[in-house]
Amino acid sequence: MSTAIDTAPDLVRDAPRRRREVIYRHTFLVRLTHWLNALAIVIMIGSGLNIFNAHPHLYWGQKGSELDRPFLSIDDVNGAKGPRGVTTIGPVKLDTTGVLGVSTDHGQVLQKAWPSWLTIPSNQDLADARHWHFFFAWILAINGLVYLLWSLVSRHLQRDLWPTVGDLKSIPRSVLDHIRLKHPTGEAAKRYNVLQRLAYLGLITLVVLMVLTGLTMSPGFDAFAPWLLDLFGGRQSARSIHFLCASGIVAFIVVHLAEVVLAGPVNEVKSMITGRYAVRSDHD
Amino acid sequence: MTLITRRNALVAGAAGSGLALSGCSKVVFGDKLTASSDFQRVLAHAEGWTLASQRFLLAGGALAREYRLSDISPKFKPNGTLYPSGEDYEDAVNENFVTWRLVVDGMVNRPLSLSIADIHALPSRTQITRHDCVEGWSAIGQWTGVPVGLLLKAAGPLPQAKYAVFHCADNLEGEPAKGGMQAPGQYYESLALADAFHPQTIIAHSMNGRPLDVAHGAPLRLRVERQLGYKHAKYVQRVQLIDRLSGLYGGKGGYWEDRGYEWYAGI
Repeated sequence: MSTAIDTAPDLVRDAPRRRREVIYRHTFLVRLTHWLNALAIVIMIGSGLNIFNAHPHLYWGQKGSELDRPFLSIDDVNGAKGPRGVTTIGPVKLDTTGVLGVSTDHGQVLQKAWPSWLTIPSNQDLADARHWHFFFAWILAINGLVYLLWSLVSRHLQRDLWPTVGDLKSIPRSVLDHIRLKHPTGEAAKRYNVLQRLAYLGLITLVVLMVLTGLTMSPGFDAFAPWLLDLFGGRQSARSIHFLCASGIVAFIVVHLAEVVLAGPVNEVKSMITGRYAVRSDHD
Repeated sequence: MTLITRRNALVAGAAGSGLALSGCSKVVFGDKLTASSDFQRVLAHAEGWTLASQRFLLAGGALAREYRLSDISPKFKPNGTLYPSGEDYEDAVNENFVTWRLVVDGMVNRPLSLSIADIHALPSRTQITRHDCVEGWSAIGQWTGVPVGLLLKAAGPLPQAKYAVFHCADNLEGEPAKGGMQAPGQYYESLALADAFHPQTIIAHSMNGRPLDVAHGAPLRLRVERQLGYKHAKYVQRVQLIDRLSGLYGGKGGYWEDRGYEWYAGI
């Protein structure tokens, strides 16, 4: 039995074969910034897809319009049997009718890149989507900055997220454990495993890239920091990287939510609300 | 135990509704909030934060990046009005804009009325810059014209003047790509005097070394390089200095501003 200061006294003793220990896992600041970040990111993705719909093409370099060559396009074309959604990635053309390019909303056929159910607002409106996007961009950036500074000063980043050499050596085993859906117990469950550490560091990197590529798309901010244009290879490259990083964040969210469900959704979500996390003992 | 169980149930319920919220009902919530004028007022604060922060960062008058000749877009996408309607403009095109006047008036000491020939005789600036449309695309072009600051100095702004309004010859019917509510209307735009006096803010008469073509705003268009494309008014006829925007058209200081877009278009 642990005697650590952060170990809560409420051990569950009535089921000897399923002993668990409740530890204080998430500080108030981590919990607050987690939920603000989650809210901002959901809204940024929804409003971002609405903004994307105003010009559903991506390019590399400083410039790019329909008169240049996009590497990704989501178009609607008029076929013999009505409008078809066509997504073009490099040389590959895919028929994505129903989801991308052409979709339906309450029985109405709509010719736009991303469907209504994914965008904020649901109807195509660049002005309103920009209002959402740029309001929550401030929240995302300030919240992220507070989290990063706090994590560095309190050494949360160095202690809990930065992988140790031992962590890195355990990558193959950790991958196997994840594939077998085997979750750590006892002392091992009290710290983040190496894949968790890499995933969280990856998410932090993606959000930082989102903010920087977002700023690179601002003609005003470009005048202040033209080096951003060189860093990302141009304004249109920054726009494409912005979209690709957002895709990475969506992938993170899918895996993150799946892991929450697999690891015990009640315990996991409760720990991000109250901070207290139940750890199963090794002798299950 | 029962307490924990009840708490668990509550937490699970909260988590479940959270997931549902990020799914289909997200749309309903989002649309209801978008339709609420109170909520729109909250969102509108962001424009003030952006304006204040960019004013602070750009206080030194930083220039927008200028590119090389080889960076110029082979085809520069024209947008908005492609050919102004009406006989007056048609006549102006047919007589090669010899009777076109650029008027500078409003809160000035000496109103000006300049012909295209007059404007060609003034000191000019040539810049190869990137045009960023609010829709997301960019194109690079070379622009030659007279700095707006030079015209304003010649006219002598009155102390109470705060904005330069650019009145245009075109009536725009909206644009499908932008979605939303778009009633037709006369195009106009406005800048704070700080932006009007920026060295790269010019009334351009030439693009890529040739007189402007109609689709790109012949005979005169505004270039305001640190802001988005919709600020770059085409077919400019008049620069009016005023102290407030509320008396003009929709009162928000521009055609797209009256249709919901930000007045400060630095982002």
